Amino acid sequence: MDSAVLIHRLHFAFTVTFHYLFPQLTMGLAPLVVALKTIGLWKNDERYNQAARFWAKIFGISFVFGVVTGIPMEFQFGTNWSHFSKFAGGVIGQTLAMEGTFAFFLESAFLGLFLFGEHRMSKIAHWWTAFAVFFGSWLSGYFIVATDAWMQHPVAYSTTADGSVTLSSFWGLLLNPWALWQYAHNMAGAAVTGAFVMAAVGAYYLLGDKHAEQGKIFVKVGVIGGILSSLLVIGPTGDGQGHNLADYQPATLAAMEAHFDTKTADLVILGQPNVETKSIDNPLVVPHALSFLVNRDWNAKVRGLSSFPESEWPTNISLLYYAYHIMVGLGTIFMAVMLISGIQLWRKKLYETKWLLWVLMLSFPLPYIANTAGWMTAEIGRQPYLVYGVLRTIDGFSKSVSAANVWFTLLGFMGMYTVLAILFLFLVQREIAHGPGHVEGTVAGTEADAAGRN
Amino acid sequence: MGFLWFAIISVMLTVYVILDGFDLGAGALHLFLGRTDAQRRKIIKSVGPVWDGNEVWLLATGGVLYFVFPQLYASSFSGFYLPLMMVLWLLMLRAIGVEFRTHINDGIWASFFDGIFSLGSLLLAVFYGAALGNVVRGVPLGPDHYFFLPLWTNWNVGPHPGVLDWYTVLSGVIALVALCVHGANYIAVKTDGELNERARKTSLVLTPVLLLLTLVSLFATLSIHPNLLANYNALPIGYAIPVLVFASLIAVFVFQRARKEVAAFVSGALYLAFMLVGAVYSLYPVILPSIDPQYNLTIQNSITASYALQVGLRWWTFGIVIAIGYFIFVYRMFRGKVTLEDHGGGYGD
Repeated sequence: MDSAVLIHRLHFAFTVTFHYLFPQLTMGLAPLVVALKTIGLWKNDERYNQAARFWAKIFGISFVFGVVTGIPMEFQFGTNWSHFSKFAGGVIGQTLAMEGTFAFFLESAFLGLFLFGEHRMSKIAHWWTAFAVFFGSWLSGYFIVATDAWMQHPVAYSTTADGSVTLSSFWGLLLNPWALWQYAHNMAGAAVTGAFVMAAVGAYYLLGDKHAEQGKIFVKVGVIGGILSSLLVIGPTGDGQGHNLADYQPATLAAMEAHFDTKTADLVILGQPNVETKSIDNPLVVPHALSFLVNRDWNAKVRGLSSFPESEWPTNISLLYYAYHIMVGLGTIFMAVMLISGIQLWRKKLYETKWLLWVLMLSFPLPYIANTAGWMTAEIGRQPYLVYGVLRTIDGFSKSVSAANVWFTLLGFMGMYTVLAILFLFLVQREIAHGPGHVEGTVAGTEADAAGRN
Repeated sequence: MGFLWFAIISVMLTVYVILDGFDLGAGALHLFLGRTDAQRRKIIKSVGPVWDGNEVWLLATGGVLYFVFPQLYASSFSGFYLPLMMVLWLLMLRAIGVEFRTHINDGIWASFFDGIFSLGSLLLAVFYGAALGNVVRGVPLGPDHYFFLPLWTNWNVGPHPGVLDWYTVLSGVIALVALCVHGANYIAVKTDGELNERARKTSLVLTPVLLLLTLVSLFATLSIHPNLLANYNALPIGYAIPVLVFASLIAVFVFQRARKEVAAFVSGALYLAFMLVGAVYSLYPVILPSIDPQYNLTIQNSITASYALQVGLRWWTFGIVIAIGYFIFVYRMFRGKVTLEDHGGGYGD
């Protein structure tokens, strides 16, 4: 095994997986906070403003962790993937630079005003700061997805004399067909996380009979957001991603489904792929369903993995298969939980349906797992390529940086991120324990605290 | 086009050093200038609303560097692997320090975050100076355009340099002192009373030290790089730069004595700018000098193709005009002296 490339991959995988735990919450909460503020403004209902203030605090904490864990990502392209950077910088450097120029400046300018400036501006002005932060975070997401989409489905480039690539169409890069579905799918996934976390905190308050008034708002807004996002994540966007794969990465699709032979394809619900015998152990399948999903024809033949040369196969088929199935399985569960909650909400019985509140409270980690599994599906599925069909992963890492040096910094990041994780959980737990209406760190809170201390 | 992007990146980097420089300097001096909890909260509050935006200049510069000079991005980031990773860790630590220091009203909590904010800022200033020293000294680029620097070798400037040698350590010390002066000037602008007095005095004490160190570094640089003056001799107007460096430093001292805090701060910013301009002036058109000059990375051998540069120039101009608008807006919003009674910033309140 070529250990250097493996450690470089682990380094990136670890740091990006940890990083994305935070942006998925901030991007997911941002539209919900804007929704809360809009209702508060529209109905002139102070309860919704208070709810927005509470979630702004959680948002702010998560945002800081997203910023600090995000800084290493841009740098790692150069430090750990220098041959890839040299090869592709002329294209993907554009989207990364645009993220800094258009999204980060916007967010950095308005985040402080949004979090701390409510009392020094009008309600409408403060709504706009919330909207600016929402817009900035979603814009940032687009540039990152467009960067990844180019690696999944390279477009809008030409090859230069020294063998690297350079941009040949600005709009071609930004409007990559892969990016459009991937972005919609990814943002719907982030919205699922935001909705589940909001509903979970609400359910916790209702079950514990604390802050019940706010708990109802959280559950209601969380469930409505959850119904919309969990339907969107499966419905058009997941299906659209599937068609991207069928069109541009058929070998990846076959490996995700562990579909080895070219024939009418069943949809595997459960089972373990056996790469040696090219079959599924302990299968539980929906006959012909994959044929229908891919071709809208129950009897269509779907190209199997065996029809591709092994050099084109994703390098870890088992992990790819499991990541994909975990994502899809959880996605189905999200839809079920949110639809049942929605029915109870409509019947005005949700706040008394204890077992369902328990389910909502305990489900909050699942969207994190599903989002992570989704990104693993995308990135493991892209293997053995760094830029699909164009640059292999083995040709992209920093050959001048030895495996031992990468281990050194990987261990460093592991230590650092353990501390950050504990700090994050501590700070968020503290806000949840204080509950909405607690005013420490705001104007009144400081005065109250100062009075209490002195 | 190549020259234009070289200039754009140099200007962006200079803006980054001036903006993040004052919050790094304020951080490095944090424990020393802020003797009481209230004073430390004032320092945190003076940088709290702006540090993140300042740091975005680093990310934006990195992004532009990436698409304009992919080879430079690839070579330098992988070559400076170890120090860059440490810079990343320090950037994280001090960000956490600024953001969460005032989340909990507890003495031990506050002291811990004061500590990591200050230590992180101080070490970053040294690392940045050492990084600039490495670029000026040159790195052992091979024919494949790559290199890898160990953290240190024999502390000498020679054919097998490390990230740290006597020259780059000197650069690190100068950067630390320079950013401390800059940070002290900023705190003098943003505060009043005892904190303002102490910041002014610190600036007045450190400015002559910086003057001396700058002179030393000038001669040190000439000693390791005899042909450093080639560009200056070719276009002698460049000799105005060192004059401006020293003039702006003297202006810091004069203005700070006269209690013209804003003028002193601006002079300090100009000092940093002229130092960087001086380095860039001597390097052009080289963007990363090699120990063996035939392997220098230059604008010509590192730049991407012209379509990308043209389209990049269009969106960059559009984006940077908006970004400057944000900066004017934010700095106006938080202008004036920091007081803990006006709970404007959220930080330190």
